[in-house]
Amino acid sequence: MTAVLAATIFATVTAGVYLAMSRDVFRCVIGLALLGAAANLVLFAAGRLVSPLPAVVPVGEILLTDAANPLPQALVLTAIVIGFALVCYSLVLLLRLMRDARTDDALALRYAEPRPDDPVKPPASAADCDVAWPPEDRA
Amino acid sequence: MSALVAAPVLVPLATVVLTTLASRRPTLQQVVSFVGALIFLACAVALVASAAIDQPARTAFGSWVAPYGIEFHLDRVGAALVLITALMGAVSLLFLASDADAGPRHPLLLPLVHGVLAGVGGAFSTADLFNLYVWFEVMLICALGLFAIGGRLDQLDASFKYLVLNLLGTLLLLIAIGAVYGATGHLNFGALAEAAPALSPGLSTALLTALLLAFLIKAGSFPLYAWLPASYHTLPAPVLALFAGLLTKVGVYAVLRTVGDVFAPAPDVVMEALGWIAAATMLFGVLGAAYHWDMRRILAFHIVSQIGFILLAVALAGEAGNAATLFYTVHHIIVKANLFLIAAMIWRLTGSYDLRRIGGLYRLRPALGLLFLVPALSLVGIPPLSGFWAKLMVLQEALAQGRYAWAALALAVSVLTLYSMVKIWMEAFWKRHPDDRWQPPAATRLAPAWAATLGLAALTLVISLYPQWLLAYAQAAARTLGG
Repeated sequence: MTAVLAATIFATVTAGVYLAMSRDVFRCVIGLALLGAAANLVLFAAGRLVSPLPAVVPVGEILLTDAANPLPQALVLTAIVIGFALVCYSLVLLLRLMRDARTDDALALRYAEPRPDDPVKPPASAADCDVAWPPEDRA
Repeated sequence: MSALVAAPVLVPLATVVLTTLASRRPTLQQVVSFVGALIFLACAVALVASAAIDQPARTAFGSWVAPYGIEFHLDRVGAALVLITALMGAVSLLFLASDADAGPRHPLLLPLVHGVLAGVGGAFSTADLFNLYVWFEVMLICALGLFAIGGRLDQLDASFKYLVLNLLGTLLLLIAIGAVYGATGHLNFGALAEAAPALSPGLSTALLTALLLAFLIKAGSFPLYAWLPASYHTLPAPVLALFAGLLTKVGVYAVLRTVGDVFAPAPDVVMEALGWIAAATMLFGVLGAAYHWDMRRILAFHIVSQIGFILLAVALAGEAGNAATLFYTVHHIIVKANLFLIAAMIWRLTGSYDLRRIGGLYRLRPALGLLFLVPALSLVGIPPLSGFWAKLMVLQEALAQGRYAWAALALAVSVLTLYSMVKIWMEAFWKRHPDDRWQPPAATRLAPAWAATLGLAALTLVISLYPQWLLAYAQAAARTLGG
């Protein structure tokens, strides 16, 4: 069971990293969401899958059989809620960004950067930035 | 006492709610916001007062005693940082009343600013690793809101970069917390400190590396600082000053709490790596600052550079290193926020942040030129200003430990810092304005901005001329860490 969970986490992290490194900003956010899911699984596994040790046992109580540690589950719930909020925020941000910039290419998103044709500090060579500046249809 | 210990979170959160309710009446919202900031400040002073007489405010919520319940514990370090947080909040709100690059007034601006304060206050107060993660997230989401409410394309772009890199740090932190819990079965700082010596050296190194990696992204240290200079300059000035002062310092505080307190003494290899990361942070930050001509970008790169100095103090460890960390952090927050605010006043008077397009301000406003020199030279570390004492503490400890390479690098970085501060002063104040027909704006509303920046400069001068009290406080704080 632990091996299956470890393999799942491995696959999720791999897919997440692959997508997060994409130039397509939408894929990038989906990749981060996948990485978040992998992080939640790690957190979940931290409590052991079948633990003999519940986090809190009142004095004199008998240990339940097959009881899992409830604390990591509470942590995962918190992390899921926070992660969900962040993913929602980032999707709305992306929609607005893609609509205003009319591109989903991370390399073309240079609006917060200094202009490449800045006279005092020109880029090393014009070929270094294949992004036309200013982008033709800057809405 | 248990009510006061929650004040760093409860007061800003209550202000968030009240300012949101008052969002349709701007005047009322502003009054509520000021009152909230002042109550926060008063609570923070009370917290420092009780921490300074060795009665740190602490409580475990919901009657679950530590290590089961979530605990808030404000020792000297936490209380001092909460106080400086409250102070920065009040100063930024004061500056917001001026017309110096305050940005268009959005009804959600003030609630989000108080949300950031709640996140920072919570992070400095909590004694629970997972709770620390939650406060980091509160900060992150409020910060993202502040980036995006302007709605300009460059702000959305900056917001995206800030989001992606910080989210990566957050996820790393979550995984690290899972690993720490899996290895020790604890999240409470006190319980972790007791469990830490039982860990094998290899495991303890791995856990600390994972935690530090996450915190270092949040702190903006080499090589993971790219989000900071890529985004900060798109913010309105008062918010920018608040971010510059506080957000990265929460990451530094988390590093200090981890290696200097909970897991102290940390494995040598971790501290050695942290020291070299700090050295690289100093160097690359200041090189970026030397390259740029936009005042906000220059100052943003200097945040990175100064984070390197503070991390160097953390890496030197021991009582002297930890005392230097606290002293440096307090000095740096005041000075850095002040520099950004003065840059905004320069923008108001000249119309640009670009040093190549402005000039001649000394003839127009000699007082502003002198005011700028106080935080600028303090950042460099010119005696007798506060930065000198801070750097002296770090360098003394570095030399005492035989870390000559780090000390030499720190001195070289200080020279480059001096270069870029003098660059700002020469270009903005001393040289003639490039456009001969340039006229200063006729009517400005800079009185609140003057009050805010003069107040911070006065505080810097007080620390400069009477460093003993802060020094004694920092040394007493360092003695309580790690034990």
